[in-house]
Amino acid sequence: MPRALFYTLIFVLFVTGIGLTWLRHIQTEIPLLPGKQVTVWLVEARVAFNASGNPVEVSLDIPDTVPGYRTFNEQTASPGYGFSVLDMNGDRRAVWSIRSASGPQTLYYKLMARADQDAGSENLTPPHPVVEIFWEESQGIAARQVLAQAHAQSDSRLSMCRELIKQVNATEKSQNIALLLSHTPPVLLLEKLLNYANIPTRIVNGLYLEENRHNLELEPMLEIYTAQRWLMLDPTTGQHGRPDNFFLWDQGGTSILDVSGGRNSRVSFGISAQTISAKQLALTTAPPGHFTFFDMHKLPVEEQNMLKVMLLLPLGALAVVFMSIIIGIRTSGTFMPILIALSFLQTSLLPGLLSFVAIVAFGLLLRSYLSHFNLLLVARISTIVVLVLVIVVISSLFGYQIGVNTRMSVTFFPVIIIAWTIERMSILWEDEGPREVLIQGGGSLFVAICAFMLMSWPLAAHLSFNFPEINLIILALIMGMGSYTGYKLTELRRFRALRLKLGL
Amino acid sequence: MWGIGIRGLRDLGILGMNARNINYIGRYNQRKLYPLVDDKLKTKKLAQRYGIPAPKLHFVIREQHRLRTIEQRLHNLSGFAIKPAKGSGGKGILVISARKDGKFITTAGTSLGIDHIKRHISNILAGLYSLAGTPDVAIIEELIEFSDLFRAYSYQGVPDIRIVVFQGYPVMAMLRLATRTSNGKANLHQGAIGVGLDICSGMSLKAVQFSVPTTIHPDTGSALEHISIPHWPEILLLAARCYDMTGLGYIGADIVLDGANNPLLLELNARPGLAIQLTNGYGLLPRLRHIEGLKRRHASAQARVDHILKNFTLP
Repeated sequence: MPRALFYTLIFVLFVTGIGLTWLRHIQTEIPLLPGKQVTVWLVEARVAFNASGNPVEVSLDIPDTVPGYRTFNEQTASPGYGFSVLDMNGDRRAVWSIRSASGPQTLYYKLMARADQDAGSENLTPPHPVVEIFWEESQGIAARQVLAQAHAQSDSRLSMCRELIKQVNATEKSQNIALLLSHTPPVLLLEKLLNYANIPTRIVNGLYLEENRHNLELEPMLEIYTAQRWLMLDPTTGQHGRPDNFFLWDQGGTSILDVSGGRNSRVSFGISAQTISAKQLALTTAPPGHFTFFDMHKLPVEEQNMLKVMLLLPLGALAVVFMSIIIGIRTSGTFMPILIALSFLQTSLLPGLLSFVAIVAFGLLLRSYLSHFNLLLVARISTIVVLVLVIVVISSLFGYQIGVNTRMSVTFFPVIIIAWTIERMSILWEDEGPREVLIQGGGSLFVAICAFMLMSWPLAAHLSFNFPEINLIILALIMGMGSYTGYKLTELRRFRALRLKLGL
Repeated sequence: MWGIGIRGLRDLGILGMNARNINYIGRYNQRKLYPLVDDKLKTKKLAQRYGIPAPKLHFVIREQHRLRTIEQRLHNLSGFAIKPAKGSGGKGILVISARKDGKFITTAGTSLGIDHIKRHISNILAGLYSLAGTPDVAIIEELIEFSDLFRAYSYQGVPDIRIVVFQGYPVMAMLRLATRTSNGKANLHQGAIGVGLDICSGMSLKAVQFSVPTTIHPDTGSALEHISIPHWPEILLLAARCYDMTGLGYIGADIVLDGANNPLLLELNARPGLAIQLTNGYGLLPRLRHIEGLKRRHASAQARVDHILKNFTLP
């Protein structure tokens, strides 16, 4: 049964690779595709006041859980102030304090938010029992009339709310409404009326997230409690439900800003949008999970860069295996193409290709002269190593003189590999003639180019580094190909003479 | 048309490289036995022990410093062949056919000084031609006066007969003829001509050069159609015995006929090439499967050859 075992193993590797990649993608939120961009909102609250030289304490209501948004990267800018975040029964407040300050003061509180449908649970806490609401005599009469009329013109709590909002915002207001509005601002009036009608209502504040807005005030919204949940209503249009770009800042109940020791306090908001890569975002916001051990971004940058290159090797190996087993291209030295491809990654393709061919050709020329000296093999290859080094140095200097940056391209080639290539090609030339040199040299370069294409593919680089478990899939592919007993593509050509036999 | 379809190859029972490596070489050739054929010196000694005729060994050079006395040792030999023991694909083989004014004349007619000979042997010792680049030894063996039968069919080199032996059964054969393109070497990929031989009769089937059918030798102009190899059963027997000698299940035996038309074992190959199928016009697979399907293998080499002669007649 070893066959079945083998295929099971390949299958397990494949599934594990895909599964781990997917799990990690879900957990760390690193995108599967490179270059994916997300919009992040930068919301800034600016608190300004005049301090009077006494101890100052500023307390600002800040967002807790925001439905539809994920918040992160909270920051404050407040020179000289002590800062803390107080959590009072789930309601968070930013508190600044200083022993003494005078003159105009400005404090900043910033956070970043990213739209996320699933983030921020709804606040389901049931309303407090409605407190007794007091009206002045005339207002009480007006309120009851307004409510009675609205009740008559509606068939549900929601439609009654809408009706009220419509009346309050109407251009030509009824006498009753006008009377009530003369004592209470519209939103407060609506809250009061609705609570009076035994519909639990509260006022929440938030911001509409729009590009580049400054000096904004919080926008009030009504929330009525119906069918066991809070429903948001726009106090000017009566539309229900949270608008998609509405960022809930505070969920009501407490004051937005308290300042002691200062006057003329005011809080204003600024909003700007940033586009950053989803990967960056994931790295800054990902919660620690089971896979943090495998997170390579913890490593020092140099080590990361080295791993980046090394993790591309399996891809190169995959290309070599495919080209050799399925296509049947002959190369000089099995894995030389990968090493050449790695150098191409540093030099970019065309300059790399040109300088590689040039160096090998020049090296072959020197090598043919060298064969007259009758050197021992190890010494001869070492001689070539030194000669290749000389070629590299001279061409870099020359390139620098004429202003071409060949330095970059040439120095990345592994000198030893080039030396061996030259030696091998030279022997091949003597033994089998230039035809074989062209076939194997060309084959090597072709496979190197294919490996380069694969390794320089941004998706490949992204996946292999961020999801190293993808190598399990590559491993499965390589092992799978390793047991392929079918024909190679080149064999179809090799045995073409047999066509006659088939009567074609 | 560019090539032949996969189905066509399959219908002809062509053995591909991957299938050969996994299903035949990998399955029937034990790794530990490889040195017996990869090292020509070992093969030669083994052949001696089993009484299998092979070209005579003059001497072996194992160390660089022995090169100093090489001139005296070569003194009595007019013709000889220098071979790396672990060479592959005919690499590093230098054949000297005559001496003239202290110079060595190769089969190609080039005259070489003793320095060249020394350098060549030195390269062999350093492992230049050996399979893995490991240090090697140089074998100096007798020059084979090959059969006159082939004189018209070969350019310079010795024509040899390649027989694929599977589980001790010779299953397919071809004659390899050196050409000017192949530099007098009998390697098909270098441009030697392969002539398929009917495994039952030793009669030529068809010829190919560089995978393309041909009918005449490009250098000698001889027609390649009606070649008949003498002593054919004897040659098959020699090939079949190589299995008993090495224990390798899938090998290529290279055999030459000397001046008296006696077969000599030149070398064995544990990874015989696939071009032999082109020269025969048939794939190896049906024959390999026939052997694999045998209920009882024949114990003696003669019985195996008889089985082949009886069963593998051409359709």
